[in-house]
Amino acid sequence: MFFRVAFLVLRKDFAIEIKSREILYTTLLFAVSCVLVFAFALVKEGEAPPDAAPAILWIAIMFAGTLALGRTFERERYGETLRALLLAPAPRPALYVGKLLGIVLLLGVAELVLVPLVAFFFLAPFFAKPLLMTLLLAAGTIGFAAVGTLFAAMLMRVRTRDVLLPILLYPITVPVIIGGVRGTAALLASPADEAMATMWLAILAAFDVVFITLSLWTFEVLMTE
Amino acid sequence: MMRKLFPVLLAINAVLFVAALIFINRVPPESSMGLVQKIFYFHVPSWIAMYLGIAICGVGSIWYLATGRPQADRAAVAGGELAVLFGLVGLVTGPLWARKAWGVWWQWDARLTTALLLWLTFVAYLTVRKYGGPGSEKLAAAVGLFGTAVAPFVYFSVNIWRTVHPLTTVMPELPNSAPEMVPPMLASIFSFLVLFVVLLMARLELGRRQADVDELYLAYEDRTA
Repeated sequence: MFFRVAFLVLRKDFAIEIKSREILYTTLLFAVSCVLVFAFALVKEGEAPPDAAPAILWIAIMFAGTLALGRTFERERYGETLRALLLAPAPRPALYVGKLLGIVLLLGVAELVLVPLVAFFFLAPFFAKPLLMTLLLAAGTIGFAAVGTLFAAMLMRVRTRDVLLPILLYPITVPVIIGGVRGTAALLASPADEAMATMWLAILAAFDVVFITLSLWTFEVLMTE
Repeated sequence: MMRKLFPVLLAINAVLFVAALIFINRVPPESSMGLVQKIFYFHVPSWIAMYLGIAICGVGSIWYLATGRPQADRAAVAGGELAVLFGLVGLVTGPLWARKAWGVWWQWDARLTTALLLWLTFVAYLTVRKYGGPGSEKLAAAVGLFGTAVAPFVYFSVNIWRTVHPLTTVMPELPNSAPEMVPPMLASIFSFLVLFVVLLMARLELGRRQADVDELYLAYEDRTA
């Protein structure tokens, strides 16, 4: 029942998105613009400062993620469809899981474009350790999306949601940006520091477990008016 | 009981503050840092008070999410406001000392970064309460809970950078390393803690009265309608 509901929510979001592809395209373009803005701000005499690539990649993921979170729930708010979802005889945490999976998938697709782009612009060896790199990206994205989905959902009823989302989200997801950037930088170093990257991966995984558990526990209470 | 206790505590607090100042004045200036070292007597107690405020806000938030009682919410907001207030004292006094001791105003050290981020989280907590509109108590409670839960992650992830802040072991070792600093330190800590309790009580009383006034307004409107 639980996973079926989560899957149905995901399929519903997927079906809407596949028709217009609005959120995917806008998120992607925004992420690419982010990379370019940071590139122009940081590159000096044709050279990027050391460790700029992982920093720019994670900033782009977080900024684009914030935008995607806002847009996804704006769509639900516009059609008053989240209220309908909440009225359905389904376990509420399953709705959260469905929404979270949707955001993680969307950001995953965005990363498929972003990572090669950053690798291309900054000559960074992103594909030297593909398994660890994928795990780091996945753990970081899930952690960011876990807190983001809960906050975006609960901010739906608030008028100032657009600015409150980043204000609340960034201080709490700081471990994600530190862990993501440091872990990715360790993998991009030559030679790659796998022990360091694995340690950051473990911290990110622990963050994911704690915050998904807390979100599942609080989602029901927070979404009840 | 609370009303009678309040003036007594206020008087104790006044005496303690004067005593602390006399004690601080009596200690000869420290050999390497001179007068600047005396910031220590304000800096340490204010951080202790901030972490106490965070703990009260965190516990109040969990209590409110679990039971929905208004007094839990009032305790959480009182804790959050005091955390921001005392955190500000710590954030101002810290750099003043660091400029002399380390030669720089700020260091991206574990303890400093954790404190700054926690402080920012609770500023965000107060922002939600102020601009979140109706129903923001619950959102704020989630921020309080998540902000408290993220603290160990932030501390652990920034701790991997090198730490320059004097360790907390300076405090228990103080009787051996600098026995003359113990009386002013204890007097400072106690006066800050009593001040914290006084402010907490005042804030809780204010919250209670606000709730009473709101109730009276509602009752009045019911009668006239």
